[in-house]
Amino acid sequence: MILKVNNLKKHYGDVKAVDGISFSVKKGEIFGILGPNGAGKTTTLECIEGLQHHDEGDIEIFEKKMTVNDDFFKERMGIQLQESSLPPRMKVWEALDLFSSFYNKNVDWRELLVKLQLEDKKNNYFSSLSGGQKQRVFVALAMVNDPEVLFLDEITTGLDPMARRQMWNVMKTIKYAGKTVVMSTHYMEEAEYLCDRVMIIDKGKVIADGTPGELIDRMGMKNRVIIESEEKIDVEIFKTIKSVLDISVEKGKIEIEGKDTSVLADIARIINDRKIKANIQYKTANLEDVYLHLTDHFNEEVI
Amino acid sequence: MKTVSKMVVINTKLFVREFEGFFFTMIFPIIMLLIFGSIYGNKASDYFGGFGFVDVSVPAYIGIIIAITGLMSIPISIASDRERGILRRYRTLPGGATKVMISWVLFYYLVTTVGTAGLIVTGKLLYGLRFTGNALLVFFLYSLSTIAFLSIGFLLASFMRSARSANAIGMSLLFPMMFFSGAIIPMQNLPLSIKQISVYLPLTYVVDIMQKGWFGGSMSQYGTDLLVLSGIIVVSFLIVRFKFRW
Ligand SMILES: Nc1ncnc2c1ncn2[C@@H]1O[C@H](COP(=O)(O)OP(=O)(O)O)[C@@H](O)[C@H]1O
Ligand SMILES: [Mg+2]
Repeated sequence: MILKVNNLKKHYGDVKAVDGISFSVKKGEIFGILGPNGAGKTTTLECIEGLQHHDEGDIEIFEKKMTVNDDFFKERMGIQLQESSLPPRMKVWEALDLFSSFYNKNVDWRELLVKLQLEDKKNNYFSSLSGGQKQRVFVALAMVNDPEVLFLDEITTGLDPMARRQMWNVMKTIKYAGKTVVMSTHYMEEAEYLCDRVMIIDKGKVIADGTPGELIDRMGMKNRVIIESEEKIDVEIFKTIKSVLDISVEKGKIEIEGKDTSVLADIARIINDRKIKANIQYKTANLEDVYLHLTDHFNEEVI
Repeated sequence: MKTVSKMVVINTKLFVREFEGFFFTMIFPIIMLLIFGSIYGNKASDYFGGFGFVDVSVPAYIGIIIAITGLMSIPISIASDRERGILRRYRTLPGGATKVMISWVLFYYLVTTVGTAGLIVTGKLLYGLRFTGNALLVFFLYSLSTIAFLSIGFLLASFMRSARSANAIGMSLLFPMMFFSGAIIPMQNLPLSIKQISVYLPLTYVVDIMQKGWFGGSMSQYGTDLLVLSGIIVVSFLIVRFKFRW
């Protein structure tokens, strides 16, 4: 475990921003912290990064107890802040060159520019970059010291879909390079695509954690197959399939809920065998369903 | 060291690119000298103790350059970086706070020094500026004055929430200081009521020490100035040390 957080607590006045969060991250893992706005993602990250003092709990990183504002940890971490910027008239290469000089260990920032598709923006003022380019500059700045752990806080929030995809590609490259990443996001699609494990938090508390797959399974979220046909289909024929949980008919559409993905193949085989002409749609549960289910559910309980 | 020198270079580039600060520290004092110099010239007169208008004004205007750096450039630039979250990002870097602070001090010292040099060269070339003091001593007095105003700058920067408020507060400190410190209007021409205010303006002591030093005044003549300026440095340092927010 490269990072262990145990019972982390932090409050601002009456607001319990982080209220007893525990988790750990393995080396080489991409770990996602998910949750709605105000859930406590940024506060959690900033406590781990040593930017803020926490009230209670332990943070152990690189097998050492974390202390605030300590160069031992700063040298090994890569940090991107949710709310930050650079002087508008600073050029991209100047920022990279400057930030590199703070660290004992360096990678060649010219290579980082290539990796992050910023090579042709080298001489641009920071203020002239697009949102996606700015965020990639921040990722580059967070990587100038070849960090063991990279912290990214809502790096894709506010980006257009193209820029977001581009950032995902960048993150995949980072993952393949074996870096450990702790990232926060409120895009479930992103977490499902990038993260090995996730933790969903709300109001400063963990409400679920595991791999995206595990969470989907654990929620008993179903795989649904929807069959539409001109012909009249007797629903009894599907009851022989073991993984079927429920069958319902609505406005001529048959909706079958299955325990796992195998239900689709079984249904397709039966329809094929009987030479029924039908339109089959498959809907698998995703992290979004889990998230909405959990955060709604959680909010209801609290109210 | 590597970081500090890079930071000073980048700050210099930003200073020139953003122009506003550059104009006020480098160009504005020279324009002032040109305007008043063309009106009053630099003929030696008894009124100025046997020196000319420009001879008396240059050391005083050096005080204005120092004050602009301390009251305007530093608080505005730091508040604007804070507002944008740039300071927080610097703090995440190893040795960030110390290295950045040292760079700022060196950079702003450099800026005032270049501004001062420009003013002196202009005075010398256009008006035959006279100097009868000890250059080394004047350089020391200049440095002490500059460090005192850099301290005030960081003190103000510790409490400014935005570049806008830094600008407003900087202006409202700078203008009374310029007019009531003897920098523009000679002290002996100020009414008594204003002189009572002058005592509380740090720039008064800078103008006094620079003019006395410039014309070779002895140490005993500016003992109070030295004491006040050193006091400002010590007190500001302590407050900045504990109150500066990143
Ligand atoms: N500096 C602060 N002062 C007061 N309250 C804060 C501060 N920072 C965050 N909070 C509050 O703490 C809670 C968690 O915030 P944050 O960690 O930023 O959430 P997230 O990053 O998940 O959106 C929110 O209710 C927020 O309003
Ligand atoms: Mg946040």
